[in-house]
This record gives sequence, C-alpha cells and structure tokens, in this order.
Amino acid sequence: MSTALKPGTKAPDFSLPSTPDQQVSLSEFKGRNIILVFYPSDWSPVCGDQLAVYNELAEVFESYNASLIGISVDGVWCHNAFCHDRKYHMPLLADFEPKGAIAKAYGVYREKEGLSERAIFVIDGEGMIRWSYVSPMEINPGADGILKALESLTSKAA
Amino acid sequence: MNDESPSLAVPVNAQDHIQGLESAPVTLVEYGDYECPHCGAAYPIIKAIQKKLGPKLRFVFRNFPLTSMHPFAELAAEAAEAAGTQGKFWEMHDAIYENQESLGEEMLEELAQKLELDINRFNSDIKNRKFKEHVKKDFIGGAKSGVNGTPSLFINGERFDQNIDGQLLLDALSSAVV
Repeated sequence: MSTALKPGTKAPDFSLPSTPDQQVSLSEFKGRNIILVFYPSDWSPVCGDQLAVYNELAEVFESYNASLIGISVDGVWCHNAFCHDRKYHMPLLADFEPKGAIAKAYGVYREKEGLSERAIFVIDGEGMIRWSYVSPMEINPGADGILKALESLTSKAA
Repeated sequence: MNDESPSLAVPVNAQDHIQGLESAPVTLVEYGDYECPHCGAAYPIIKAIQKKLGPKLRFVFRNFPLTSMHPFAELAAEAAEAAGTQGKFWEMHDAIYENQESLGEEMLEELAQKLELDINRFNSDIKNRKFKEHVKKDFIGGAKSGVNGTPSLFINGERFDQNIDGQLLLDALSSAVV
C-alpha cells in the first residue's frame, strides 16, 4: 500500500534549491494552491512527457491560482541542464542533500532504488494536502486528476 | 481519484474535425501534435485502419501541441485549422504528416498553395493567430481527458493505453465494433 500522505494532512514544509543560487520553500506560497509533482529522475522519457504536458498548462493552473513545482533527487546542475533542454518554465527542486528527505517526509521515497515515486500532491493555500496520487512508475499520469482536484478546491472556496 | 482509465471529457461535437459517419459503431479520437514523430508514425497506421474498417469507424483529430518541445507544432495546428475554414482540414492534416520532416513556416505556406487555398486569407489567419483559441481549447479538453503525451487515442471515449502498433489498435477497434 502507498505510504503517501493523504488528503487532510498538513503538507510538510520544505526549502530546497531550484538553481545553484535560489531556494524555494513551500511556506512562501501561502494563499496559493500548489501542485507538487515528485518524479523519479530528470531525462527519463516518461518524466519528460509528463512535465511537458504540465509545462503547457501553466496558464490553466494559474487560472486556479495554482503553481506547479517539480521535485526529484537530481542535483541543481542536472535540473538546470534538463530545464534548458526541455524549455520548462516550472521550478524543479533538488531533493538531493540529504537525499530524498522531502520525498520521505511525503511518504513517497523508494529506498531500494534511491528515487522518489511518481506522485502528485495538490496543496491548498493553507498548506493542507487536498489530493494525492501515486502513479505506477512507468505510467505518465497526465493532468486530469490535478485539474479535477483544482476544480473541486476552487469551487469549494468560492 | 483516477483509478479507472481516463475518459474523454469533451464529447465529439460540431467544432470537431470528423471523418466518417455519426452512426459508426466505433469512434476513435486522436489528440495529436503535428511535429511529434510518434504521431507521424501513427498516421499511416490509422489511415490503414480507416481503410480496413470503412464505415464502421469514425475518426476525430484534436490538437495537442507540445510547444516547448516542438517549435512548429502550434503553427502547424493553426495552419491546419486555417485550411479547415477553407474546407481543406484533412488535406492539410495529411499533407503535414506526409511531409513531417520538412515542417516549418515555408513548408506550410507551400502546402497551402498546393492545396489551392486562398493564400492571402490563409496567411492573414496565421498572422492574426485566428485559431489560437481553438487549439488551446482542444488542448485543455485533452488535458482534462487524461491526455499524457502524443498521440493519445480514445476508443469510444476510453483512453487506449497500449502501443499504437497496427495490430493492437486494430484489435481494440475491431472488438469495439461488436
């Protein structure tokens, strides 16, 4: 069974580098919805497609007052090269040192492989997890679940 | 939760580009990107299947350009829509996939000329981004349906998750006929 944190749980805060000289923390997004996307690694083909779809949806996520953040155990220079190559706009955080600490806090770290699961958390402006989903490693989950979660979140808020 | 396989969020409607009859027992919807090599590979496979299943199959194409990966995908999608307002959507759709390796601005204008479109109208539609919203609407509908890359296919509304090798797709479509 999945150990991923469930809806209704407070999202563990984090502060991780997104570039060699920039840190991103969850608490700085207070009041905004966050889509936190854990993925196993940069460059693997499935991650590439998954993030490419999200990259195109930035405007749509914005209309739900939401930002998307990617996170994997890769280091900042790897993220840097990956982002440039794929022309991604979202920040990719390096859960690199101590390795996988944030993935562990969210219950989505795979000790054996040393990678995070392919998992998505939708977190509301109060820092509460409102939806979580762990996809089979090799399956690109797309965006339908995220969009449904954001829809129900914003309609409840209205 | 998305425990069940994702399904088509936007039913086939009058805004769609459709080949085949509404009464066909099977509808195949493709979310595609004109610059995507996998879509290029799927193109002749789908063509052959259409031929084989004839009136039993209805085929719909919707746009899902992954623009950060494919610099000409959005332009190509808008060009096909521009040809569509002149009654030649499918001719343009086919021509782009058949010449995918040379996709670019010049190539699209050449195709428009070859298809004898009103070239001034075509160029101004492209320049004014007349079909930007249409393409975006397709994209968002696709995202809501669980499109996770291109091509994504839906058979009678259900996402087809296997490899688009000819036989698997043909089998899935054939079993949907019954």
